[in-house]
Amino acid sequence: MSNRTMHATNGTVDRRTDTDGTTVLELDGVDKSYGSERVIEELSLSVEEGEILTLLGPSGCGKTTTLRLIAGLERPDAGTVVLNDATVSGTDRFVAPEDRGVGVVFQEFALFPHLTAAENVGFGLEGWSDEDRKARVDELLDLVGLEAQGDSYPDELSGGQQQRVALARSLAPEPEVLLLDEPFSNLDVDLRVQMREEVRSIIKKTGVTAVSVTHDQEEAMSVSDRVAVMNDGRIEQVGDPEQVFQQPESRFVAGFLGHASFLPGYVHGGEVTTGLGPIPQSQINGLASTYDRTRIDVLVRPDDIKAMPVDGDAADGRIVSRRYLGPTILYEVRLDDETSVQCMHNHDESIPLDTRVRVELDSDHELAWFPGDQRPAEVSDSR
Amino acid sequence: MAADHHTVDDGGEGLPLPTTIASGAVAAAVLLPLVWLVRTALNVGLDGAIAISTRPATVQVFLNSAALVVVVTAASVLIGVPFAYLTVRTDLPFRRGVTVAVSLPLVIPSYIGAFAFVSAFGPQGAFQRLLAPLGVERLPDIYGFTGAALVITLYTYPYVFITTRAALKSLDTTLIDAARTLDHGRWRAFRRVTVPQIRPAVTAGSLLVALYTLSDFGTPAIMQFDAFTRVIYVEFTSFGRDVASLLSLQLVAVTLLILGLESHVRGNEPLHAGQQGGRTGGTVRLGPWKYVAFAACLAVAGLALLVPLGILLTWLARGGAEVGNALAFRSEYAINSVGVAVGAALVATVVGLPVAYLAAGYRSRLADAFERATYVGYAVPGVVLGLALVYLGTSYARPFYQTVYLLVAAYVIRFLPQAVGSMRASFLRVNPALPEAARTLGRTSFGAFRAVTLPLIAPGLLGGAALVFLTTMKELPATLLLRPSGFKTLVTHIWTATESGYYGHAAVPALILLGVSGLSMLVILSQEGYDVK
Repeated sequence: MSNRTMHATNGTVDRRTDTDGTTVLELDGVDKSYGSERVIEELSLSVEEGEILTLLGPSGCGKTTTLRLIAGLERPDAGTVVLNDATVSGTDRFVAPEDRGVGVVFQEFALFPHLTAAENVGFGLEGWSDEDRKARVDELLDLVGLEAQGDSYPDELSGGQQQRVALARSLAPEPEVLLLDEPFSNLDVDLRVQMREEVRSIIKKTGVTAVSVTHDQEEAMSVSDRVAVMNDGRIEQVGDPEQVFQQPESRFVAGFLGHASFLPGYVHGGEVTTGLGPIPQSQINGLASTYDRTRIDVLVRPDDIKAMPVDGDAADGRIVSRRYLGPTILYEVRLDDETSVQCMHNHDESIPLDTRVRVELDSDHELAWFPGDQRPAEVSDSR
Repeated sequence: MAADHHTVDDGGEGLPLPTTIASGAVAAAVLLPLVWLVRTALNVGLDGAIAISTRPATVQVFLNSAALVVVVTAASVLIGVPFAYLTVRTDLPFRRGVTVAVSLPLVIPSYIGAFAFVSAFGPQGAFQRLLAPLGVERLPDIYGFTGAALVITLYTYPYVFITTRAALKSLDTTLIDAARTLDHGRWRAFRRVTVPQIRPAVTAGSLLVALYTLSDFGTPAIMQFDAFTRVIYVEFTSFGRDVASLLSLQLVAVTLLILGLESHVRGNEPLHAGQQGGRTGGTVRLGPWKYVAFAACLAVAGLALLVPLGILLTWLARGGAEVGNALAFRSEYAINSVGVAVGAALVATVVGLPVAYLAAGYRSRLADAFERATYVGYAVPGVVLGLALVYLGTSYARPFYQTVYLLVAAYVIRFLPQAVGSMRASFLRVNPALPEAARTLGRTSFGAFRAVTLPLIAPGLLGGAALVFLTTMKELPATLLLRPSGFKTLVTHIWTATESGYYGHAAVPALILLGVSGLSMLVILSQEGYDVK
């Protein structure tokens, strides 16, 4: 891991620009182990009022455990969780989940099967007068567009409707923070995209602060104000979606968010010499002069480069595989220096296997890079 | 969010304290009587123990019981496995009806079967009287080993039948197809593919048969066959406490031996097939043999079902007024039976709840150990448990000895696993995210349990309680040993009637018990979703 990425691993870096909001939730140095397995390591994170933050990572990275720690369904081994300036998990303090004021939308929705939709929504309103409770339940069913389904039992509702009841139920007691655990993973693909939009707009309408968890980068990008990428119990990077996608601070983040090829290069004289030819240093994001005369890896996404069939010396690589993805085709090109890069083409631009090609950079944004001396043994391509 | 929750490695750390204490107390209470039995036996001293254990009479009892277990288990496998194969895999006529008929003997408590067989096939029983016009003066003796083995086999082979059927049904027949494409004949394919796959199920069924045979009290007693249970009871009632307790320990040792043997035979082969929902088609055509097979199934089921029903109904029709009022049936017996059974069901449910909760919700060795401990009462024969409680009662709980409370305690210890098992299964069906959701919505952990978990496990709670109720109604040996003097129930009445040879007086309570058994079978079936297709 490079010195550039080191400082991001403890998650304290918050590159968000509009920081005028107040912090609602703060995790500081949180640790959690199950037996000898350390699931969360020194995790720190702060969430501001009214934002939707998504914890994004592969399965087993500790994101759901983080959510459970915030909800009070697990106790941290070390570190603190602060909710609205009050410590809810700390060295000698632990506030039970029922006293925290957090709402949770569970992965399988966890609707109480023996209660109707309206009873589910009203479940958290214990101690309210009948009148107030009924009004609140109606208000929420209205908000999620289920006015007519109040008397239905969960098994009579469709997946999307169950999702809405779960959301309404967790919002009913007006929680300080709303937690969503893989909220869309139980839905069909078509419904998933539609519900993302809906859930985001409902959350924004109520103004509640939300922390969501997912392994789906597209979902994270489209739903969240900020994304925190997690790996192996730690946060690798926090930032708004564009930032995290375009300027990943670690190879893991680069690989986890979309296809990534790492193009080895040598920095010299205002240029980076690569297998695709020279790239002007100005096109590489924040490449400091201290890296002059060193080897680096430039991150290229498949849509950043194009391969064109050419003859003879003009070619610098060869098509070794093609994956037909419907609207697009993903080609893998083995460059003459033995590095592989992936490039995305329209489905009508068909190039046969083994064709000699010339790969050209076709990008109007700055490219990210990583110092070359700490190249991981295995380049991750988790897509 | 619920996938990896509540894993407690070892020790008790992380378990909820009150539940753990309650659960531990239950486990201790179940184990206590057995500890007491060991103490009583130790009082005999080593020399005395060796003297009693090695005398010819004791060795003979051991050999008797061993022979009975071996013969009954073998016979059950020989009947149960072919019947299972016939009803699952072949074109047997009326497969569904045959399956029900062949399973039904399980409903009849073996001691009722035994007394029916004695009164039917006894030297001068009903059958002899039927044959008398043909000049048959006496039938061959049914008492002793033959009768005991025959009766227990007839009423326990369905254990093997049912477990084997389940295994055969889940067996992926493409495996057999595969073997046959690899040049195996039907018989070789059966031996090399089917047998290894169903062996764990056959073994499990055989275990049930063996344990039942070993612990059965009523049948050997009625058949006057000196198995462990009968001799223990006889010794106890003739003040041979030392002998009774030593024999009890030997019986427990044999039980443990069988349990050990079973896990050895079953092996650790994982069962892969059936889980991916393989194809289960391809019936074997029997040709004309199917009528032979059909007749065999009906013969066995008919013998087991029609003899007791016929005898009981005959007695009922004839009335039993020959011996005055002393043995006449009184409704008070039924009320007593129901009373203690309701008590046992309620106590077992309340007491089993923390054990089941802990075992279902936490993967912890301590929780597992507590749950296992509650199963001890199930594995220990009723006569041994009764004896252990007699010793404990007379020495330490004098005020409780010969009271209904001690009797109910015995039932609870014996049948607790039925309640725990049923409740545990329903706890496992409750998504752990549900109580968690309730907590995040402002309920305390107890509040969440009451508002969410309890309504969801209610059917399992009821099912478990019903099972305890019904099995308690039928329980014989512990009832005989522990009932307060003058306290009569349906089973003690049957016992008295058969002991004194006035079988007719047992007809009404025996028919009631058959009804009760039928009901308990229905409960089991509805709980496990057993289907006869």
